[in-house]
Amino acid sequence: MTARSGDLHVDVAIIGGGPAGLSAATHLRAAGVGDVLIIEREHQAGGIPRHSQHTGYGIRDLHRVLNGPAYAAELVARAEACGARILTGAMATGWSGPLSLDVTSPSGVYRVHARAVIIATGARERPRTARMVAGDRPSGVYTTGQLQNATAIWGQHPGSRAVIVGAELVSWSAVMTLRHHRCHVALMTTQYARAESYAAMTLPGRLLLGVRVATRTQVVQIIGKDRVQAVRITHLDSGKSALVPCDTVVFTGDWIADNELARAHEVAVDPASSGIIVDAGLRTSSAGVFAIGNVVHPVDTADVAALDGVHVAAQVADFLHHQSWATAPVELQAAGALRWVSPGRIDPSGPAPARSRLLGWGSTVLRTPTITVEQGGICLSRQKLAWPMSPGRAFRMPWSILANVHPSRGPATITVA
Amino acid sequence: MKALDAEVVVIGAGVVGSAIAKELSGYRLSVLMVEARPDIGDATSKANTAILHTGFDASPGSLESRLVARGYGLLRDYAGRVGIPIEDTGALLVAWDDEQLSVLPKLQAKATANGYDATQIVDADAVYARVPALGPGALGGLLVPGESIICPWTTNLAYATEAVRAGVQLRRNWPVERIEVNDQVTTVHGPAGDMTCRWVINAAGLGADRIDAMFGYERFAIVPRKGELLVFDKNARALAPVIVLPVPSAKGKGVLISPTIFGNVMLGPTSQNITDRTDTATTVDGIEFLRRKGMSLMPELMMEEVTAMYAGLRASTQHDDFIIEADSAQRYVVAGGIRSTGLTASLAIAEHIVVLLNEAGLRLRARQDLPGPMRMPNLGEGFMRPYRDEQRIAADARYGDIVCFCERVSLGEIHDAFASDIPPVDLDGLRRRTRAVMGRCQGFYCGARVQQLLDQCAGERP
Repeated sequence: MTARSGDLHVDVAIIGGGPAGLSAATHLRAAGVGDVLIIEREHQAGGIPRHSQHTGYGIRDLHRVLNGPAYAAELVARAEACGARILTGAMATGWSGPLSLDVTSPSGVYRVHARAVIIATGARERPRTARMVAGDRPSGVYTTGQLQNATAIWGQHPGSRAVIVGAELVSWSAVMTLRHHRCHVALMTTQYARAESYAAMTLPGRLLLGVRVATRTQVVQIIGKDRVQAVRITHLDSGKSALVPCDTVVFTGDWIADNELARAHEVAVDPASSGIIVDAGLRTSSAGVFAIGNVVHPVDTADVAALDGVHVAAQVADFLHHQSWATAPVELQAAGALRWVSPGRIDPSGPAPARSRLLGWGSTVLRTPTITVEQGGICLSRQKLAWPMSPGRAFRMPWSILANVHPSRGPATITVA
Repeated sequence: MKALDAEVVVIGAGVVGSAIAKELSGYRLSVLMVEARPDIGDATSKANTAILHTGFDASPGSLESRLVARGYGLLRDYAGRVGIPIEDTGALLVAWDDEQLSVLPKLQAKATANGYDATQIVDADAVYARVPALGPGALGGLLVPGESIICPWTTNLAYATEAVRAGVQLRRNWPVERIEVNDQVTTVHGPAGDMTCRWVINAAGLGADRIDAMFGYERFAIVPRKGELLVFDKNARALAPVIVLPVPSAKGKGVLISPTIFGNVMLGPTSQNITDRTDTATTVDGIEFLRRKGMSLMPELMMEEVTAMYAGLRASTQHDDFIIEADSAQRYVVAGGIRSTGLTASLAIAEHIVVLLNEAGLRLRARQDLPGPMRMPNLGEGFMRPYRDEQRIAADARYGDIVCFCERVSLGEIHDAFASDIPPVDLDGLRRRTRAVMGRCQGFYCGARVQQLLDQCAGERP
């Protein structure tokens, strides 16, 4: 380490030590890449699972079932065992060159010069302000992330009666956290006609957790000077409104990719998802810069993010070896009930994306969605899927639907109806 | 006779009261500043548009016009000395219809009458050259190069800090209920106790008319005017290189788009007269109004995330000017009806009040024993902040320990705030002193750690 000069030279710099970044580091080292550095701004690597106490982590990547903290610890241990370096408490604050990062840490200000950079900064929930919910600014307003961070890491306590905004998968995670802390969930609200997560979660959620879900409903106002006293909810169809007394409001889901560093580097971002646009090899629009995990697809589960890390390792190793960087020729566009699709660019003759899946996000519930692929006005494929689309979680599509896409016939459109 | 608690009691520790207290601390007399709210600058002063005004559009000949013009220079100098960040962005008034276009020459003449002759009328092409992100339909504009953006919180805090360092006693959470004026002594009563003094200066902002009434006056009535504002993500900053001001017209005042000293973009304010002086809630209608305005003024801005929403209350009155008058018989001075220009005018208001006090018979003798110069922590994005400061981090690792990622606020800065002359008492106060939790994630990442630091540091204080 040449800390004295403030310059650090590495083969690969990974920004973010969550499941995606840690897995990428492990597999880069396994692929024989020499110097892999993870830059993690939290004091502990592991990402969001660190404060997500419930189980269900690690199924697809580690083939085990772990709770969040155990999963995070396992990924950290694997990366360290492989010889990846993890710089915690260190934040990449900007770029000082095409593949050089400004990093601030308690031990100093560094410029990290890499031969390849992987952005793995994840995503955050859209907070109350970004949803433009009117009213007072009392305490007691959370996102799930803040709530779980506060309770799991810092031992703080939520209130006694909560309203949860959203009915995504993560919203039920918030319910479980609140119940664990004896905070009664008075109501869950969703603007959709059905809870966004699948019946698999919603039904047991309703039955076991006893939570009432108000569909087609929006929280429009927060009331309370010092602490939340109530929220005003409005029914989107009838326009009727009501006050719901509570001392805690949790805004859940509605994810935004943490794309700040990408945008500061003029790396292309999809306005529909806020995610970084990548090709099937997780290459961004900027040579030598890769992006993985939920900063690409906000959001899919932690193990899917981790598998991006596995997938990118071979691509990065290949880039370091050949130093070639080509832009995938075909742009993918989302239409119909599909809000966005990732990867956003593909090379029909190139390798498949991670898990041979395309990821997207739906704007409505479809029990048996039909996917149509068109290019240059010609329908290339039409397929009915056996699994539903729901606006509360990532929608996975098989790579094979793009089999007939031609490299030079312009953008291909994926329509889900 | 019992000793007085202070020679002068200043009521209100907003930007005006704090400027007055700071000014008076330069003289040989004891000063006490009382603030009804839990913190200084916690009412009108915390929620304004944060613009350092040239005063080009004031009413010529008014007290406001004179004090804004004078205050502009004074505050600039002061800001340079103590480290209050200012960015010279300039402003552009944009005309969207023929009526507004026809007003521009009149505004230019008004600026000249106010002693400001640097304005320039420009055509539509020049408008779009300066602000390419403006929506379609701009017909022309008026450039006001001197309009700047400033940190309103640091300004208020710097005044109050300098006052306290020079010996002014500050009492927070000290609302005034009743005032008794006798021949020699005035007694100020509140739930927190009584205090005796010779002079009272009323800088109570939204409460100034009530304090004024305690001296038997009915000069003015405060009509709180609510202004709601949206603050957009820093990713939007490049869209607003200058302050985009509306042209006042028969259809109303319109809203502005301004860069902020923290690197965001602000849209607003709405303007609505209300009755409840504590109602700083944003409203569904207000947000919808701003959303519509934003869509026509700068559609691209509306693609970005909103980082903060707030409402400020302006202390407007039925009069069109500041009300600053002295009553020598009751040993009383009022500074009321100070609107959003009060930030710019604050030091000139304080200077003016010293003149009034002298005329009214309070003998002011300058002190020779003032503490040395001070430097405020920089919150401006355009200036060196600790997270980028290699030497500072090398000297103290806490400045490299970033607590609030979005705003890049270090542990060192948070500790400094708690160790300062006027430490924060709540999250809002910490936010105004450091920017912590003010950013795009609104606490998703750092909210819990900041709360922990707040509980810990507030608990450690005597």
